[in-house]
Amino acid sequence: MAEVEETIKRIQSQKGVQGIIIVNAEGIPIKSTLDNSSTVQYAGNVHQLLLKARGMVRDIDPQNDLTFLRVRSKKNEIMIAPDKDYFLIVIQNPTE
Amino acid sequence: APTQLRSWHFSKMEIVYVYTKKRSEFGRQCNFSDRPAELHVDILPDISLAANFTVRDPCNVTVQCAEEMSEHEVNTERFESESRGINHVEGGWPKDLNPEDMEVTIRYRKKVEKDEHYQNTIMQIAGLMEHCCKQNNATDIYQEFFEEEDDEVVEESEEQPSAKTINVFRDPNEVKRTATSLCWHPDGNHKLAVAYSSLEFQRAPNDMSFDSYIWDIENPNKPEMTLKPVSPLVCLEYNPKDSHILVGGSYNGQIAYWDTRKGSQPAEMSTIEHSHRDPVYKVIWLQSKTGTDIFSASTDGQVLWWDIRKMSEPFERLVLDPSKKGNLDNALGAVSLEFETTMPTKFMVGTEQGLVVSCNRKAKTPAEKIVCTYSGHHGPIYALQRNPFFPKNFLTVADWTARIWSEDIKESSIMWTKYHMAHLLDGCWSPVRPSVFFTVKMDGTLDVWDILFKQNDPTLSLKVCDEALCSIRVQDNGRFLGCGSQLGTTTLLEVSAGLCTLQKNEKAMVSEMFERETKREKILEARHREMRLKERSRSEQSREDEGKEADGEESTEELVARAEREFFDIMEAEKKKEWNEERQREKEKGVCEEKDFQEEHETNGVSSFTRREISL
Repeated sequence: MAEVEETIKRIQSQKGVQGIIIVNAEGIPIKSTLDNSSTVQYAGNVHQLLLKARGMVRDIDPQNDLTFLRVRSKKNEIMIAPDKDYFLIVIQNPTE
Repeated sequence: APTQLRSWHFSKMEIVYVYTKKRSEFGRQCNFSDRPAELHVDILPDISLAANFTVRDPCNVTVQCAEEMSEHEVNTERFESESRGINHVEGGWPKDLNPEDMEVTIRYRKKVEKDEHYQNTIMQIAGLMEHCCKQNNATDIYQEFFEEEDDEVVEESEEQPSAKTINVFRDPNEVKRTATSLCWHPDGNHKLAVAYSSLEFQRAPNDMSFDSYIWDIENPNKPEMTLKPVSPLVCLEYNPKDSHILVGGSYNGQIAYWDTRKGSQPAEMSTIEHSHRDPVYKVIWLQSKTGTDIFSASTDGQVLWWDIRKMSEPFERLVLDPSKKGNLDNALGAVSLEFETTMPTKFMVGTEQGLVVSCNRKAKTPAEKIVCTYSGHHGPIYALQRNPFFPKNFLTVADWTARIWSEDIKESSIMWTKYHMAHLLDGCWSPVRPSVFFTVKMDGTLDVWDILFKQNDPTLSLKVCDEALCSIRVQDNGRFLGCGSQLGTTTLLEVSAGLCTLQKNEKAMVSEMFERETKREKILEARHREMRLKERSRSEQSREDEGKEADGEESTEELVARAEREFFDIMEAEKKKEWNEERQREKEKGVCEEKDFQEEHETNGVSSFTRREISL
């Protein structure tokens, strides 16, 4: 468990990282560095996006699978690392 | 027995055929034989039955040569749908868990965190995530390379800076005079007013014409208009607000103004008693409500302000006395003026003595009018102009150099060109590019400087004519410039596009450069001040020790005597030092190498003489 903590801290200390959220398959945020309302918002929206993205990838090529999802917006970048049971969301402000 | 035949009975409609066979013949092989056809039944039509039917006539029969298809309808069960939004409040907590209860949720979360599967998963995806985060920080993948570079810009920067002559306007008179000043027409730049005079003291031939001309740049053969002053004009300026009015400063110190609609004679002239006593070197239009105010400067040490409607006397007068006492004998002669309409209370005067005087018009007393001076040049300041983009920095052209100054640094210019082989006689900034300025020299060359490109040498150097170039003026578009020569030839040149188009980041870079140089000079100034202060305190200390008068202002003779004494003292001390050093050297030599004594005696007369003394 300490390893997980350490890893999360390491990511948090990267330049530009604004927040980290770990969500389980049911949409329950397990760990978050943001406030509750933002966390829940991110968790819900990202979950749906993940399903769609994964579906799309597998639709085009059934042998393929989604490994990582990056959403770049004007203000920041939302990175999502999906897995069967959990997914990790990181919001980062990329270097200028 | 033979087979029996029964006869048919219609009423029963029963058709029966009896076939008998002997028992003993059962199982016997068939013995087929042919027999002619026998009519067994013949049912004839019964007409009475026809009464039950009617004849259909016509009969409709449809025929189609097409694919046969069938249509079916199905009615399914109704399906109701509705559009709804979800307000995602809380994740999918298990049924038995109350999401509102903090403790329970925390406990649940903690449970999940302890789960090994969770840890493994997170470690895996976190590694991937970290890689991407670092990637983001390493490079900006959406970085714009070569942004804002259109093809045009690339082409232009590759082009060599150049300038070409468009037209040459020669002085139509036999006796050539110097084109001392040029001024472009304020609207449209199609006309150029040139002032002609001879600045060589008392060397102007008697039949020299006094006229100055306004040229149309398309027609170099004949001037468009002649201006006939009573004394040759040294400087000439169009009124920026009214392009029909020109004002000229003449050789005899008078100011005159022309209205081009009214002819070649001056509309009005200043009275001789109140004019300058020396040639008027520069006259500039001021920013005023009436648009009729000008001020003029001359080597007689005065700066005068006039209203052209009332030329009988100036409405203001300033004597350029650096001691601020208004003493005309002490005054510095003015050869150039600088005025920026964006800073109407300030103006600067370039003097014959090489000083630039900064003045404030709105000062209460005449003494306060002179704010400060800038020293650094060795000769008359022929040109003085503020940078149109950075008014705190100004350009001066004098002696063999051109210098760029910062208003804040009074002891030295912040940037300067090298000392040239010929005198620089005039110069000006480009109105469109803050880093470009032009200078003209006595050997007839025009130099175009671009301080962002090269600071040591001009970016472009052109030989315009063989005689000295005395004046230069750039048009407002920065593209065309006119330069006047000693023999009255005015050349119109066009510079290449690169020299008159603002480059990207130019303003920022020039600003940085000026700031950097200003800072450097500030540091040097501070250092000098420190050193001077130390010197002064040290000399004061020594003076007190010697018991001399504390506030004694030594006269020049005493100073000279003291200087001489000090000089000889220093000489004596040096000589003694050398002498002692040599004795020391000889002593050491004498101890070790007495054999060489004889040899040295031949070669080194003095030292051997000395040595002999010692040994004796």
